[in-house]
Amino acid sequence: MIELTAKQAADAIRSGELDAAEYFEFYRQRAAKDPYNSYVWVADETPAEIDTSKPFAGVPIAIKDLFCTEGIPSQAGSKILEDYRPPYSATSVKKLTTEAGSTLLGKTNQDEFAMGSSTENSAYGPTLNPWDTTRVPGGSSGGSAAVVAGATAPWSIGTDTGGSIRQPAALTGIVGLKPTYGAISRYGMIAFASSLDQAGTFTRDVTDTAMLLSAMVGADPCDQTSLGLPEPVRLPTADSLKGIRLGVPEELSGEGIEEGVLKAFNETLELAKQLGATVETTHLPHAPHGLAAYYLIAPAECSSNLARYDGVRFGFRKQADTLLDMYNQTREAGFGAEVKRRIMLGTYALSSGYYDAYYGRAQKVRTLIAQDFKNAFGDFDFIVTPTAPGVAFELNSKTSDPLAMYLNDFCTVPMSLAGIPAISIPNGLSEGLPVGFQIAGPAFSENRILDAALALEKAIGFDGSKAYA
Amino acid sequence: MLSSDQVLHVARLARLELTPEEVERFGGELSKVLDHIELIGQLDLEDVQPTSHVIDVENALRADVPRPSLPVEKALASAPDAADGGFRVPSPGAS
Amino acid sequence: MSTEYEPVIGLEIHVQLKTRTKMFCGCELSFGEEPNTRTCPVCLGLPGTLPVTNAQAVQYGIMMGLALGCEIAPRSIFHRKNYFYPDLSKGYQISQYDIPLCLGGQLGDVKIHRIHLEEDAAKLVHVGSSGRIHGSEASVVDYNRGGTPLAEIVTEPDIYSADQARDWLTLLRETLRQLGVSDVNMEEGSLRCDANVSIRPKGSKALGTKTELKNMNSFRFVAQGINAEIARQTALLESGEPVTQETLHFDPVSGRISSLRSKEEAHDYRYFPEPDLVPIVPTPEMMAAAEAAIPELPAEREARYESDFGLPKDTAHLFAYEPTWGTYFERVAVEGDRDAKAAGIWVTELRTRLGADADPHKSAVVPAQLAALAALAAAKKVTAAAARTVLDKMVETGDHPAEIAEAEGLTAMEDSGELSQIVAKVISENQDVVERIRGGNAKAMGALVGPIMRETKGRADGGEVNRLLREQLGV
Ligand SMILES: [Zn+2]
Repeated sequence: MIELTAKQAADAIRSGELDAAEYFEFYRQRAAKDPYNSYVWVADETPAEIDTSKPFAGVPIAIKDLFCTEGIPSQAGSKILEDYRPPYSATSVKKLTTEAGSTLLGKTNQDEFAMGSSTENSAYGPTLNPWDTTRVPGGSSGGSAAVVAGATAPWSIGTDTGGSIRQPAALTGIVGLKPTYGAISRYGMIAFASSLDQAGTFTRDVTDTAMLLSAMVGADPCDQTSLGLPEPVRLPTADSLKGIRLGVPEELSGEGIEEGVLKAFNETLELAKQLGATVETTHLPHAPHGLAAYYLIAPAECSSNLARYDGVRFGFRKQADTLLDMYNQTREAGFGAEVKRRIMLGTYALSSGYYDAYYGRAQKVRTLIAQDFKNAFGDFDFIVTPTAPGVAFELNSKTSDPLAMYLNDFCTVPMSLAGIPAISIPNGLSEGLPVGFQIAGPAFSENRILDAALALEKAIGFDGSKAYA
Repeated sequence: MLSSDQVLHVARLARLELTPEEVERFGGELSKVLDHIELIGQLDLEDVQPTSHVIDVENALRADVPRPSLPVEKALASAPDAADGGFRVPSPGAS
Repeated sequence: MSTEYEPVIGLEIHVQLKTRTKMFCGCELSFGEEPNTRTCPVCLGLPGTLPVTNAQAVQYGIMMGLALGCEIAPRSIFHRKNYFYPDLSKGYQISQYDIPLCLGGQLGDVKIHRIHLEEDAAKLVHVGSSGRIHGSEASVVDYNRGGTPLAEIVTEPDIYSADQARDWLTLLRETLRQLGVSDVNMEEGSLRCDANVSIRPKGSKALGTKTELKNMNSFRFVAQGINAEIARQTALLESGEPVTQETLHFDPVSGRISSLRSKEEAHDYRYFPEPDLVPIVPTPEMMAAAEAAIPELPAEREARYESDFGLPKDTAHLFAYEPTWGTYFERVAVEGDRDAKAAGIWVTELRTRLGADADPHKSAVVPAQLAALAALAAAKKVTAAAARTVLDKMVETGDHPAEIAEAEGLTAMEDSGELSQIVAKVISENQDVVERIRGGNAKAMGALVGPIMRETKGRADGGEVNRLLREQLGV
């Protein structure tokens, strides 16, 4: 059962070859015994009846704790939301469960409010990398990555604000997709940085990505910024890259990238050529400024998005005699260090006298970066880069240096700022640890990205089963 | 380098009662991050329009049609201090 | 010699819009429901929720802009205004900031600066000591009102007296009421007014330092508050002290003004564009729908009644501010062959009988019959006094005025022989009055008119009575 991809399992369940309840229970037991601290909540029973007429019937889904699930803890990795059970479910969760027929298997661990690149910033303890438990799985959706890599779930969903899906997917040897901003509703996804947050998928292979994505996309009347995709998501079929032009931005594929990662990247470029692609160096001149813009925009939006955690309507409160003390102490005790650091940074960037110098400038840099991509896509079908500058790092090795931690997002942040889709597929090992290859396309080019990713995936032949076998 | 007064001012705006150690630590860390961020100060952004939405959507308005509200028990279910059908807080004027 | 000062006043008016649902969620608006029964995840600011703008609120905003002669922004956006307070569920208020929906404009004699859309705050109720913490004061938050759509109208500093402010607010309120965008009820808080007041030496062009008078809950208090603040500022300047910019509260009971300055540091709202909402770009369809929904407004109506119908200013004003009566008046005027002045008089008479709040269209008196009554009076077929009696009957029965006059014997006396006899009779019965008249007191003649009118049941024409009296008394 463990060998089946989600699509294979779904097909088998619908054809009657596989018992839906048995399959769900298999994963439920694995999830309950998960050794990587990748879950913060696991379903305590298998549903008595599963309606097998729906496409994902019986296929368990693991969901990042950032998504609201009605009556089920949705804590966003934070103490301030300890045991918080929302009165409603996120639109994307409803689409997967109520509409597509999956059953919620568990909620996955994450960096607090999705702020982090290692899943060490969780109030519920760090998640470990199934490839090497002394190392981090990346983040912020580290739990969702680890459950797929460790095969305690057939697939999962997460969120990506600056790389929070692609980087952990790369560090755990699985496929992670951040769709175009607006493809999937944000309603019910606990906000970190509203103009960047986007839900996405973690799967073992590209075909599962397409299938999971197809059930999540769509404009939502509860989210003004949701558009869906202009055409339905197709299951990819390509096995060549004939006629495909790949652009390799010099700014994101040289300096600061570990040698082993670069080696794997170049090998994949060679494979791409063999599959018929042309590969050329190109430029995203403003991409190196992406990180600075990102670390202004995201904290600024987060400082406002996290103002609602005030101990009044829900969540943790520290009782105090005065309102001001109640606010100050609740937030001081309820938030972890990284969240406080970003709230401080964002509050500062928006405060009187600094807006133009910081937030205003960052929004302009964002324009330039989006323009860089637009120019590049005039010459290339896709921009490709290593997903993360290095392999999974050791626990606690970067927690004391925020800037070093932020550099993990160097290659993924520009796409987030431009709102364009990007996928990370595993493309080999370095020091025995997985490495990811990122393919980014213009807005709404998900189908084409999936096709290219599938062709490469077949050629690469990465074996992820080492992590759970 | 952010002074501790600046750090405290920002913390007050953000409603965070930082410990003295945090004030010092955040002062240093934020300064380091801000130094990096200030690289964008070198760019010529004179004629560049800011981007607040990457998508090109307008209006997306909602028809003025009522939807059921939550029952009051459900609205108050997660309140740390529910009282008299509402959310109790220390009075803003109290000191 | 002391300087003479001139006040300069600007107003900020918050108008609760009369939509069915809140600004950004589907909760119905609350009218005194039990606390927290009109809330949902969105207006409670629960994690993960997103606002979605109410189309009707936008339409009302555009209607207000058009009615007040503003320019409707081709593209306007919302910002977040960040501050912590329990009446604010998200820790920020969604409000339009530097790019509002409507810019410029004018209503009556006052220029409009802007109109923008935002959401209302919740209500905080003080409940005394909290049980949990010994001795401390507690409040309870009710989020029913939180998220109610608001339009904020900001005038230019274009008002120069408290009376002008009150009159203009009255015009604004009536305009908004007739637009149908708000209940405009100050006691219930659907209309709230702040005033920015400064004074300057008369003739000076520069503006003095302004203060902001907050939340006065009736037009009378607005006027009183402004006057009190003008007096306070004048006294300050006269004694050589500066006016400081601050927010003030006017207590109508004591007439005193006090500072509302909080102990906390100055506000830093950290405005930035609301990333959860997309720009409002009014389409031609939206503009046409808003335009079509605008009825004739009081200022236009008043001008039309004066120019087209020749009504006196006060009657035109009355019918403009009570458009149901105005509409009824127009129907009577048309029926009455455009003797609009007479129609105005008789509609006013009917209004006195039915009450200003009644709908004359639903009364027994149809416009054609009121026009007929006006015509009878104009032709002196019934006297003015008799016509009033006829109108009383019309209100009761709905019968035609001519029939009533006939049946009740109220038609004007055409036979002067009969009237002449009655005059003679009254003269003979009131010899004391006659003495006084003959003694040179011409005014005393009035004392004879009353009894004559009574005798004739008001059917006699006043002029004819006077003529006969003079003739018979030889004066
Ligand atoms: Zn609501």
